[in-house]
Amino acid sequence: MTGSPGSSSGNGGPAGSATGSANASSAAPLNGRVRRRTGRGAELGLLIFAAIIVTAALMIVELNQHQALKIELLYYGGGYLAVFAIAHVVVRALAPYADPLMLPLVALLNGLGLVMIYRLDLAEAVKHANATPQAPLQLLWTAVSLVLFLVTLLVIRDHTSLQSYPYTLAFAGLLFLAMPAALPRSLSEVNGAKIWIRIPGLLSVQPSEFAKITLIVFAAAFLVSKRGVLSTAGPRFLGLTLPRIRDLGPLVALLAVSLAVLVLGNDLGPALLIFGVLLAMVYLATGRVSWLIIGLLAFAGGAVVAYQLVPHLRVRVDIWMHPFADPQGAGYQLVQSLFGLGTGGIFGTGLGAGRPDIVPYASTDFITAALGEELGLVGLTAIIVCFMILVGRGMRAALAARDNFGSLLAAGLSFSIGLQVFVIIGGVTGLIPLTGLTTPFVSYGGSSLLANYIILALLLRISDSTRRPPVKRTGPRRTGTLAQAHTEILSRSAK
Amino acid sequence: MKPSMRKLGAAIIVMLVALMANLTYIQVVKAVDYRHDPNNRRTVLEEYSRARGQITASGGVVLAQSNPSKDQYRYQRVYPGGAMYANLTGYYSLRYGPTGLERLQNDLLAGNDPQLFVEQLSDLITGRDPQGGNVQLTIVPAVQKAAYDGLSAKGYVGAVVAINPSTGAILAMASTPSYDPNPLASHSEDVQRKAYNKLVEASPSPILDRTIGAVYPPGSTFKLVVTAAALQHGFTPQSQVPGAPTITLPDTGGATLSNYDKEACAGRGGAPVTLTQALAYSCNTAYATVAMDIGAAALKQQAAAFGITGENSSIDGFPVAASRTGTMETASGATDLGALAQSGIGQRDVALTPLEDAVVAATIANGGKRMQPYLIEKTTRPDLSVIEQAAPVALGQAIPATVADEIRTMMVASENATPGSGRIAGITIASKTGTAEHGTDPKNTPPHAWYVAFAPADHPKVAVAVFVANGGDRGLNATGATVAAPIGRDVIAAALAGLS
Repeated sequence: MTGSPGSSSGNGGPAGSATGSANASSAAPLNGRVRRRTGRGAELGLLIFAAIIVTAALMIVELNQHQALKIELLYYGGGYLAVFAIAHVVVRALAPYADPLMLPLVALLNGLGLVMIYRLDLAEAVKHANATPQAPLQLLWTAVSLVLFLVTLLVIRDHTSLQSYPYTLAFAGLLFLAMPAALPRSLSEVNGAKIWIRIPGLLSVQPSEFAKITLIVFAAAFLVSKRGVLSTAGPRFLGLTLPRIRDLGPLVALLAVSLAVLVLGNDLGPALLIFGVLLAMVYLATGRVSWLIIGLLAFAGGAVVAYQLVPHLRVRVDIWMHPFADPQGAGYQLVQSLFGLGTGGIFGTGLGAGRPDIVPYASTDFITAALGEELGLVGLTAIIVCFMILVGRGMRAALAARDNFGSLLAAGLSFSIGLQVFVIIGGVTGLIPLTGLTTPFVSYGGSSLLANYIILALLLRISDSTRRPPVKRTGPRRTGTLAQAHTEILSRSAK
Repeated sequence: MKPSMRKLGAAIIVMLVALMANLTYIQVVKAVDYRHDPNNRRTVLEEYSRARGQITASGGVVLAQSNPSKDQYRYQRVYPGGAMYANLTGYYSLRYGPTGLERLQNDLLAGNDPQLFVEQLSDLITGRDPQGGNVQLTIVPAVQKAAYDGLSAKGYVGAVVAINPSTGAILAMASTPSYDPNPLASHSEDVQRKAYNKLVEASPSPILDRTIGAVYPPGSTFKLVVTAAALQHGFTPQSQVPGAPTITLPDTGGATLSNYDKEACAGRGGAPVTLTQALAYSCNTAYATVAMDIGAAALKQQAAAFGITGENSSIDGFPVAASRTGTMETASGATDLGALAQSGIGQRDVALTPLEDAVVAATIANGGKRMQPYLIEKTTRPDLSVIEQAAPVALGQAIPATVADEIRTMMVASENATPGSGRIAGITIASKTGTAEHGTDPKNTPPHAWYVAFAPADHPKVAVAVFVANGGDRGLNATGATVAAPIGRDVIAAALAGLS
């Protein structure tokens, strides 16, 4: 599907899972024991490659900004490689059969993000003597995220354990999500969006990033349990089998509360993202287009109502339709983003040689505009392709997963990354109205980074389970609640 | 679940490919438009980081140059001449854009000018950073200093223009109050912002170049134009003109017009005087009568020949406000004699830029041939080879040479009758002062003081106009002789010292 070097460790091709298990069974007698290539060697090689690219990028920034190179740069590059090498060792120990491409891709995206944030720090330091540099903080958050990544892999040794308490997770997520609404403005508002939990002087957390994950986990568990009812029952209308609303009741209720909290908190980006991902998951679970149509109609209706009621959204849409109507006022940010991209052209100005700092919020929402200006169409396209491969590998794990829950969870998480990239880059480039979201792994922001590394850990965990050889423990242990999953696998391999 | 999963995967690919397609449209198709959009500051920033050319005064004295700096902009623009030349150099501000010559000559200074094509090509091939060309002015630093110091030493609001009469080259062009352009070119946005806010809030405005940016009633200096017209319409320097202290203006219902301090002309008890005496003692009643005698059409025609056309013009790209005589007509189109009489003494609607008043003096000094004033001596490439060298341009014979000679003699008499300090031993100056009323309450508003002159009288090397607004430091008692003349003589002395 992706044609990358890492696919040699698996089998490549869309029919990965079916042939994969065939290979495994054929490989076992050959070696006399159950052993299969893990792809960890490829992962390490690609991580070194990512480290070289990121170090080179940092050097180019230094050359363009200071006309000099410091030996420290090599230490930074080495430190970066060391941190991800630790992550690699963790994966080797805890998820040895996990997809070998995901971690290097994330390392590359995170590294390029760090370089761009550092580069924007340099520009801010010139403009304001007392500007707070963001790169050290982002570096710290990267380290914390990798720790969380390790903890996630450690605690969740088997992703199906998440299936056990979906409602607990969902309510915890919802509670967390709603906390900013209950907090006073001073502790919850940043740039007009009341969606934060701020501990002044220490840190700010954006609960929606984490709530997104719990909602996806809940949706996966819920939909898998209701799958049979959802895909068959329901009245027919105009050739479509309409769903019964009571079957989806808990999910719809949860979604409605989440969206209400986010929209009232003036945070349209995560609202759009959560809605889109959950809709896609419902479609995946049922395979019925009627759900999609109903969902999109509901979205259209909601969008029209929101357009009437939320002035903030109206402004966003107006800017999107006519960005050059007020290039120095309302449209400034988008116009400057377009100017930056246009000035960068095909090959970009070179890292450190452009003026990405002209665009407000260049390190968060508009970081892809900054990358597009300095790396050009070529560089930004490469970054989008990285995301495409990352999402593709996630979808591949979803297709190969041995249980429905894992499959739906992997698909939902992967799709959330893909949709987020589309919504934010589309917004930054004027393809769709701008709603505030981070670019996963790239943008400045601790919450986003932490949440995305949890997603990465979950995806690696699921992909590990798909390729893990069926050693002794699979037979006797997989009983009880997972009996249903067994029947599913049997029916699938029969096709 | 699998078929729908594949469809979803395809949907993601479609979405991401749509992003790439849109990016291709922005970064390839629209790139040129976006790059050159006037709202795109990046092009400006790129220019800002270049080795910009120098602006120099005569003799290579540096007025603006780019010094290497260690920050991201790589060059720091500095103005060694500071406020003295700010009306000419302008400033090169990242935040507020360039002004003055920095703006007018931006293409050359930044290296974008098509005349630098060969350099651009070789820079492109060798990968060397583009370098800008240079601009050398006709300004003589010693003359500019005398002019600027003369005005600023006493805190005057005013302007001085000095011209080489035979070429039109501007030797000095000073305006006060002025400002230091250096902080506006600072690499710190905070410093720029503070300097700019101070600049735009200051009153009287330091941004206004009073040599060319505004017109003021020229008062008695305008009598030179009236004299030029009169000498071609039946008058001679010896013609008898009224010497009464006050006359009643026709068609005004009894309004009167008086000499300075209501004195009789030239101390002759009100008896008729010669035109020479009337000019020397700046008798208003005499000149009002002369103006009415020769008529509005002749006066306007003569003014136009000197360049007072009522139309905007420019010198080397600097916009010059329109010097004008006013219509001197009634609503029905007939000549308004009252207006004509007042215009004859440089009041009413007559208004000149100090540059234009200097051109009047320079034209008389140059035997009546008016030269186009110019500021840029030459432009050079980064290797200092000349791109363009200024050549004097004659704008026609404003007055016959014989008339110019007659006015010259009359102006020498005028200088001799003018009090005030600063006379130069061994140099004969030809001059005319002016003390012009203005404002809504003219009698209680300090008058503008003027002094126009050229020297040496017999073979002029420099013509000068000095304008000091609102009486300088003398309030209602100010006259052109006491406030403006000493500065003018200092400027002449500086110019002649530099030439000898």
